[in-house]
Amino acid sequence: MANIVQFENVGLRYGTGQETLSDISFTLASGAFYFLTGASGAGKTSLLRLLYLAQRPSRGIIRLFGEDAVTMPRSRLPGFRRRIGVVFQDFRLIPHLSIADNIALPLRVAGVPEADVAGPVSEMLAWVGLGDRGGARPATLSGGEQQRVAIARAVIGRPEILVADEPTGNVDPEMAERLLLLFDSLNRLGTTVLVATHDLHLLNRVSEAQMMRLDRGRLQDPTGLLRNPPARRD
Amino acid sequence: MAASTARLLDNARDGRAMSYVIAIMLFLTVLSAAMGLATRNAAGALERAIAGRLTVQLTSGAPDARAALAARLAARLRATPGVTRVAPVSRAALADLLRPWLGAEANDADLPLPAMIDVDLADTAPATLARVTAAVRGVAPAARIDAHASWMASVAGMLSFATWLGLGLVALMATATATVVVVAARAGLDAHRATIEVMHMLGATDVQIARLFQRRIARDALVGGVAGGAAALATVALIGARASGLGSELLGGAGLGAGAWLMLALLPLVFALLAMLAARIAVTRALGRIL
Ligand SMILES: Nc1ncnc2c1ncn2[C@@H]1O[C@H](COP(=O)(O)OP(=O)(O)O)[C@@H](O)[C@H]1O
Ligand SMILES: [Mg+2]
Repeated sequence: MANIVQFENVGLRYGTGQETLSDISFTLASGAFYFLTGASGAGKTSLLRLLYLAQRPSRGIIRLFGEDAVTMPRSRLPGFRRRIGVVFQDFRLIPHLSIADNIALPLRVAGVPEADVAGPVSEMLAWVGLGDRGGARPATLSGGEQQRVAIARAVIGRPEILVADEPTGNVDPEMAERLLLLFDSLNRLGTTVLVATHDLHLLNRVSEAQMMRLDRGRLQDPTGLLRNPPARRD
Repeated sequence: MAASTARLLDNARDGRAMSYVIAIMLFLTVLSAAMGLATRNAAGALERAIAGRLTVQLTSGAPDARAALAARLAARLRATPGVTRVAPVSRAALADLLRPWLGAEANDADLPLPAMIDVDLADTAPATLARVTAAVRGVAPAARIDAHASWMASVAGMLSFATWLGLGLVALMATATATVVVVAARAGLDAHRATIEVMHMLGATDVQIARLFQRRIARDALVGGVAGGAAALATVALIGARASGLGSELLGGAGLGAGAWLMLALLPLVFALLAMLAARIAVTRALGRIL
């Protein structure tokens, strides 16, 4: 499948005011790496929420994995959500669960047998450099550490798309670079990655990453590349 | 999503209030059910004892003539179809009955006592009663016939009303319990909204999320139900012990059999299941309104 995500003239209106997102049209190629930039309030989080099925658009067409995601019945959403890993801007770790249990959650939701949970969890903990913190509660971790737990939870289920909302917003530049390396390594394994950020310094850290820019709810696509993406990188 | 996710909805404090309410509900429910079952048993015992039984009294005439008439009447009754037993009440037995009121005078041979015949009928059909009445009238037109069922009917009616009242109370309690559970489930959903949202985004189905709530609510309901139910069973046993101490025939008939005790003991379990079902419906409905 060449196009894993497709938006066509998508609009989103909260309540009755102006449209927060207007005429959004783009295509994400399977296996590619994208940055979504734009000023604060431009609509980055809103666009990501449409993509990870937390919100239905007011108009337009959204196709995910080749299927119409707008008219999809509610009962099919869980199956699609399991194919998308999300790193929320505010982490959304469950405070009374241990780090390990937080990371294990997608596997347990997917019904993976309990015997097959511990292995991947400790693998993920090691991958994000928190090998010895599995038993800790989220509140005892620094912002950067919580961010890495959120990333581990987002990717443990081997999603086809990884969506991250301002993942470097709360960390120092050194940690930001480390996090980007995690995303890059994941992308090299074939996962399509979409990272929203207003941190322009990050953009040239990932070679071959494509940039999407939102300006007050409209997607800037001067070259038209977002509508007709080039072939995936190898 | 088994034991490892049981802690997903931590902060168990919101279940405590529901356990108390359900304990009280179950206490009242088991008492009501016990009352219903006991009065049903009493009504049954009473009915078996009095249905199709009547007494014929001869009060007029000289004692000798009355005795002769009574003998003829007894013979006639024995020959009447539908009559299963004819038992003339002896003068001595009547005197025994009167002794508490009359004292030694009850033994006085000159005391004018009516001649009485107890009659048991095969069934309670009006036709049988009419046939027996006609037979009595044919021999002794002045005889008085007391059908026990007729004067006991109001007592039996009272008992059956109490039975239905007990049943109605149980139904009301069940409704109230389900309502409490629905309110508690909604409060729980609000309290855990953030967790639910994350679960949804990780691809959890409504059924998976509802299971977390229904498991907890069933546990809280069971704890409360068992406590309230046990207290009520102890109370019922205590009342039963005191009632049988009275030696009353009516209260004796009200005793609970093993089946009734089992039914009462199962009520907390039934209510816990009901709570679980109510929680599941409330939660899946509420989740259906979220994307
Ligand atoms: N749930 C919501 N209800 C109403 N308005 C919202 C909601 N979420 C976002 N908005 C508004 O939509 C606009 C875009 O917000 P957002 O998508 O969060 O932008 P960004 O992530 O780029 O900062 C903002 O003006 C914000 O106030
Ligand atoms: Mg945002």
